[in-house]
Amino acid sequence: MTELVEVALAAPPDLSAKRSWRSVKNGLMTTLMVSSAVVVALPLVAVVWAVLVRGLKVSVENFPAFFVEEIPAIARRAGPGMGPAILGTLLVTGAATCIAVPLGVMGAVYLHEYGRNNRFSRLVRFMATVMTGVPSIVMGLFIYLMWTMRFGYSAFGGALALACLMLPVVIGATEQMLKLVPSHLREASYALGISKSRTIVHVVLPAALPGIVSGSLLAVARAAGETAPLLFAVGAANEYNPHLFEEANTALSVQIFGNATSAFVAAQDRAWGAALTLVFLTFLVTFVARAFTARVARRR
Amino acid sequence: MLVADEIGTERRIKPSTAGSVSSPNSTAPGESGPPPSLQRPTANVVFELSDLEVYYSAFRAVSKVTMEILKNEITAFIGPSGCGKTTVLRSFNRMHDVTPGARVAGGLRYRGAELYGPNVSATEVRRRIGMVFQKPNPFPKSIYDNVAFGPRSSGMKAKADLDEVVEKSLRGAALWDEVKDRLKASALGMSGGQQQRLCIARTIAVGPEVVLMDEPCSALDPIATARIEELMRELKSTFTIVIVTHNMQQAARVSDRTAFFTTEIEAKSDRRTGTLVEYDRTTKIFSNPADERTENYISGRFG
Repeated sequence: MTELVEVALAAPPDLSAKRSWRSVKNGLMTTLMVSSAVVVALPLVAVVWAVLVRGLKVSVENFPAFFVEEIPAIARRAGPGMGPAILGTLLVTGAATCIAVPLGVMGAVYLHEYGRNNRFSRLVRFMATVMTGVPSIVMGLFIYLMWTMRFGYSAFGGALALACLMLPVVIGATEQMLKLVPSHLREASYALGISKSRTIVHVVLPAALPGIVSGSLLAVARAAGETAPLLFAVGAANEYNPHLFEEANTALSVQIFGNATSAFVAAQDRAWGAALTLVFLTFLVTFVARAFTARVARRR
Repeated sequence: MLVADEIGTERRIKPSTAGSVSSPNSTAPGESGPPPSLQRPTANVVFELSDLEVYYSAFRAVSKVTMEILKNEITAFIGPSGCGKTTVLRSFNRMHDVTPGARVAGGLRYRGAELYGPNVSATEVRRRIGMVFQKPNPFPKSIYDNVAFGPRSSGMKAKADLDEVVEKSLRGAALWDEVKDRLKASALGMSGGQQQRLCIARTIAVGPEVVLMDEPCSALDPIATARIEELMRELKSTFTIVIVTHNMQQAARVSDRTAFFTTEIEAKSDRRTGTLVEYDRTTKIFSNPADERTENYISGRFG
């Protein structure tokens, strides 16, 4: 009897993995997920690669000139530049951000903190959702009728159209972020005898800030690439126009559209250069905003 | 402090807003006295509850709570889960105002002033009646800013004043020596016990008269718990403290008076409602309780 027990103890248990249907399934699903990830990444990498290779050619060959000089009036002439379009994109997108982000954030604060589920805020929320689905060309047409027909082409008209497109995104993202702020933070503030408005400004919004910045950035990046509404509202200029409210302006996205559809190789090259510039600008804005948010978050 | 007395004299005469006067004293346990409406507020009664009821929408969570909480004492609320201890505590500083659907009925006076009377500002109430929560909930700010947030909000701007309040409050919460070299560091990097003491410091920085504590030690280890209990005994001379606890030993160790709550099941509707069973000196509750249910609960024979 004792001998038997000893033998049983001496033999180490077999802990090796056994082949089973479960382990086969595991391998199968893992392969599936990895290949999905690759498939998702593939077009992204291809796009960046194409833009980089072709865009770099034209912009590096004429290095500072491409980003500074005015757009040639004769499309078949080779060479720089895209200066006015860069300024135009910054003007239009910047103005649109200045309109849409404060409005959107304040609107979302109302919806989530004050309106809650009353009739009015439900209506606003519904309208915002509907607005997300409005095609940008329709928004451009709307601004064309309401603004451009009366006041003529200007960067501001384009900014209005882009702001209309950005608003629902900013509202939605901000409201989601406000929902995520833990209720115990609000309670902690209320328990100190601090008013609701002060709690929102000093506790809730700072806690939601990184998410609000991310959401707004997404909206900015989307708006910077919009072309259709700008075709209606901004017009097409080849010279620098630093005025927000006067005269036709231009933007990178409009230039990409115009030049890429041109029959001349020189113009097509400029379109690639403009595309690279736009990607780079978007990346730059995202990077700066993230760095800023990280610094604010660290300070707290 | 001056404003408090003004509110007190103003509202003292106003009748309770709730109409629940059907059976004022029939079930009042423990201490009996004249009906609340005839009682003149004595100097050291902080909270005066008469037939307090709290509803969450249609559900009556707490009913028939009548008691007086005295100044510069530690009053402990004990009882099984779901018996309404926390619900009663949260009605003391109008925290129910933020919960949609929550409603408080019956008489609840603070130093003679009707807490739920018209024109009473919840903000003003909470500035005088602070609260420490079950889970330490420091703001995601620096240690200094956590403590300075309350005073800043009430208009204190000078750095010297703020520095003084922060140091005094952190000393009051027995935290100063541990954090004085890293006041600018984030409060989220502290241990749980330190965070809870920071929350106490943050509460006393506003200069409240009462500190409500909702199971302040339930997320802490025994050493941190002992420090908080020690702190409570020190704070007692300055503040009135009401503490909800699941830990009967804690109630026995720190409190002067203990209120035992339990859940009653209404016969006809099968609805559960929390109610006050017995309220007395802690020594009496733990040695010679008057109610059988209290006896069963404190001796661990609760069914």
